Amino acid sequence: MTLLIGALTLGVILALLALGVYISYRIFDIADITVDGSLTFGASVAGVLLVNYHIAPIPATAAGFIAGMLAGTVSGILQTGFKINSLLAGILVMTALYSVNLHVMGRSNIPFLGVETLATYCEQLAQQLFGASEAMLWGWMVSSADLTMLLLMLVLVSVVALSLWVFFRTDLGTAMRASGDNPQMVRALGGNVDYYRVFGLALSNGLVGLAGALWAQYQNFADVQMGIGMVVWGLASVIIGEALTGATGVGIAIAGAIIGSVLFRQLVAIALSFGLNPNDLKLITAVFVFAALVVPGGMAKITRRKTQRAL
Amino acid sequence: MKGINLTIAEGSFVIVLGGNGSGKSTLLNALAGSFMVDAGRIELAGYDVTQWPEHKRAALIGRVFQNPFSGTAPNMSILDNFSLAAKRGRFRGLAWAQSRQLKDELQARVRELKMGLEDRLDSAIGSLSGGQRQALTLLMATWLKPRLLLLDEHTAALDPKSADQVIALTDRIIAREGLTTLMVTHSMQQAVNLGDRIVMMHNGNVLHDFDSEQKTAFTR
Repeated sequence: MTLLIGALTLGVILALLALGVYISYRIFDIADITVDGSLTFGASVAGVLLVNYHIAPIPATAAGFIAGMLAGTVSGILQTGFKINSLLAGILVMTALYSVNLHVMGRSNIPFLGVETLATYCEQLAQQLFGASEAMLWGWMVSSADLTMLLLMLVLVSVVALSLWVFFRTDLGTAMRASGDNPQMVRALGGNVDYYRVFGLALSNGLVGLAGALWAQYQNFADVQMGIGMVVWGLASVIIGEALTGATGVGIAIAGAIIGSVLFRQLVAIALSFGLNPNDLKLITAVFVFAALVVPGGMAKITRRKTQRAL
Repeated sequence: MKGINLTIAEGSFVIVLGGNGSGKSTLLNALAGSFMVDAGRIELAGYDVTQWPEHKRAALIGRVFQNPFSGTAPNMSILDNFSLAAKRGRFRGLAWAQSRQLKDELQARVRELKMGLEDRLDSAIGSLSGGQRQALTLLMATWLKPRLLLLDEHTAALDPKSADQVIALTDRIIAREGLTTLMVTHSMQQAVNLGDRIVMMHNGNVLHDFDSEQKTAFTR
């Protein structure tokens, strides 16, 4: 049960990453590798503020969001102002952020020992909520701190998802969606496509930075390697979500990304508990995304051939 | 395009004719700002717009493209598309994009098209036919009255029946709103039936310019 709650919590935290990837991948049609750097950037900024400057957890977490936004802005400006290919712009920013993260943290890993984080907040909150360090959940004994953390993250992700949904239905949000769908039309209707793209990437990477800051507090350390391969992880979540919901509208797609993230983390946890080598995780994730990209087209081809033969 | 000098009176409906490569589309693109001129001046509604980027000029200009896919966002609903058109050239902030008022007005205007689209405002525009999309694009371009309407062979990619429908709609909207219009076409029939002035282009410049009297004399 503890394992299940752990996987659920991480899935919910990484749903923010999935939402960020949804914005860049589905709305702007960009595979934005900046994510790999901005996740760590959010974690390292929040970590340094918590450990070295003893900033309270909430502002430190917010700083992680802002750090991610900054990374996204740089990536967006490279793409629009300097007309650099979006993939290359992402690679450049991600690579640069590796050094930046090392500088921010001063070393490759910061443990959050003996400092106040959202996790310690949750322990205090759990005392008030449950009055004991363990709680009963459907007949299982679970750590009440873990349960509080999960609830807190669920609330946070719901608020973020709802705000995103509202945002994409405003004038600005609608124009942003359209600028990914048909930039020529948006220009003809007076929208500044470049500005929307920079803003969209800032928002996307801000969410990723937030996910990084929360993840680091949940696992109690920030590490310079933690962002590696996370864009693929986000893509997998988005794709699972779409497959499950058949997403057409923004609202359903947002819900799908969250469900996809939680489910994917759950699948990974199950696979690991059945003895999957953790070293193979990224390989399997990549193969999964590859299959998800190729299989629908391949299936269509096969069915078309079948119908032709039938005719 | 070189040394072109063209003045269009407010409220006039100008047809631009010319062979391939004669500079018709370049003229339209230069006006719209998707092509920046190397030299010269473009004035529109009293503003010098020569240096204005495309999205800024959109405040004054409505456009319909040749390709039916160009003027609408395919994966978004009809309502989404019109909520964008309702803000053409205006500030886009955090106000709710789809007001009740917009929806009601849109339903009424779309019903006039008699294409059966009024009950499909929530379906994606990409699921519609080329003719339907061009009719909607035209409605979007004129939703806020533009100071200049640019039509770039907007029926060239349509089948004859849809083309006739879109042309009839074009004529109706332009007459009702009294729009200043520049329409590029390859069709002699359209050139004869529509507009009050014909500009013939060749090698990037104006070869002939017929005003409405000459045009009537010509077609009698």
